[in-house]
Amino acid sequence: MSPNSILTVSNLVKRFGGFTALDGLSFHIVPGEILGLVGPNGSGKTTAINVTSGLYAPDGGVVTFEGHDIGGAASHKLVHRGINRTFQVPKPFLSLTVRENVAVALAYGGAAASAPTIDALLTEYRLIELADRPAADLNSAQQKLLDLTRALATSPRLLLLDELAAGFNPTELDWIAERIKALAARGMAIIVVEHLMGFIEHITDRVIVMNAGKEIFEGKLAEAIRQPQVIEVFLGGEHAA
Amino acid sequence: MPKSLQHTLFILLPLVVVFAVLPGVYQNHLLLFNFVIFLILAQGVNIIYGFTGYLPFGYVGFFGAGAYGFAIMVMHFQTPAALAVLVGGLVGVALGLLLTPLLRLTGAYFAIANLAASLAVLHFVANPALEGITKGPYGVSLTGTFNPTFAYDAALVVLALTLGGVVYLRNSSFGLALQATREDAVSASMAGVNVVKMRVIAWLASALVAGLAGGVYAWYVSVFYPDNVFSGDFSIFAIVFALFGGVATILGPIVGVIILYGIYNLIGFTTPQYFQLIYGLLIMGLVLFLPAGLMSLATRRGWRVP
Repeated sequence: MSPNSILTVSNLVKRFGGFTALDGLSFHIVPGEILGLVGPNGSGKTTAINVTSGLYAPDGGVVTFEGHDIGGAASHKLVHRGINRTFQVPKPFLSLTVRENVAVALAYGGAAASAPTIDALLTEYRLIELADRPAADLNSAQQKLLDLTRALATSPRLLLLDELAAGFNPTELDWIAERIKALAARGMAIIVVEHLMGFIEHITDRVIVMNAGKEIFEGKLAEAIRQPQVIEVFLGGEHAA
Repeated sequence: MPKSLQHTLFILLPLVVVFAVLPGVYQNHLLLFNFVIFLILAQGVNIIYGFTGYLPFGYVGFFGAGAYGFAIMVMHFQTPAALAVLVGGLVGVALGLLLTPLLRLTGAYFAIANLAASLAVLHFVANPALEGITKGPYGVSLTGTFNPTFAYDAALVVLALTLGGVVYLRNSSFGLALQATREDAVSASMAGVNVVKMRVIAWLASALVAGLAGGVYAWYVSVFYPDNVFSGDFSIFAIVFALFGGVATILGPIVGVIILYGIYNLIGFTTPQYFQLIYGLLIMGLVLFLPAGLMSLATRRGWRVP
């Protein structure tokens, strides 16, 4: 565990009725790092993001952000502290315009005084042409970018990206990868949940492989795919030998 | 010129001035007064439904509570009427506070629970055991404060304040944040919006508006029964008028009241035998062809309706 960690998660437990989605998960991330969370469907990646962003209260364990225990704090308070996220299925304010979507976050997200303007953000994320259209007019990829822009408007220091890359073509993926790396280069800690392994390998410094709510491997993705226990959860036991 | 000033100068002010002048040229003052009451109530529905998405089927509960708040202050404390109207508004807010747990519900569940709550308040007020306080089912008679002219002016003041509130909502980031909670509460919280607090504020503002309207109504009519001021017609009319025009705009509910309540009275006077038929067809047409209200004719073309 690094003393410089911006986020430290220890022994996190989250249950839904009889199902244990997170079963003693621990990890940390330092500023400027891009950490990948990978694992099969149902392994608890999105639940980890949801607990960290305040959507669910943990049933056990500790979540510490910049030295403060944030377990169970309301989402909007975590946003003000400097955490934000995108959603696997983008969730824009459909009847508001693209510009208004970002304006709400800029007004209420506790953004730093140095935060970029709406137009600068929309230009950077290729939405400026659509600024005055309702978000409902956007395609799924554009809605994902709007989700990201809205999150960035609150000047987060920890950004959680839940399957942002799905739905983009290869050229767009390269562009998004560069944007994410640029954000990290400015000191933002970024956790990426993703199924696209090429994308993950390209942008992350380190990955946590999860299965059944637990970490089964931590390190470089290139090493992960050589580990028998990782191969087993992705492909089944007979391939592990 | 900022948009909020434009909306105040070109919508709020002309509307209030027209209704201030009309009693001098048109004799049916009760009808004008009812128009003002529905303009207020439709905007009250606009605040809670248009901006946050909660459909208040029991909206009349606040109106009736305001009317009885006014009556109790006048009957038992000999309060001046204008002050009693304010108390009526506060009684609406108090009832709103009591009902804040309903905001945990959504959609039809909220609408039904709100309707039930308004009926509960009606039966509480109309309880013969409370005759000493509310006069129970026997109704109140407030002859001492009877003054339709002042009551009408008070209604105009409430209308101006309510419209001012809606102009603010339409042009502020506060109103934008409320609409964000309506569109997606989870995303709104990730935009940093305290969703629960915002909903409660809108709910209480909407309760205040109906409470004040109930207060001026009690002042104007002076004699009423629980069934009058808790009549479900007030909720239904206010909701239908607001929806007909188009919610989350300033203009929509105004246009809705002027057209629908205008037609309502026109048919009522001229061909009462076809009244239900014509009115029913009109509302069915609205639901089928313009579910987002008349204003959506303009917004569909990309115009921004104030």
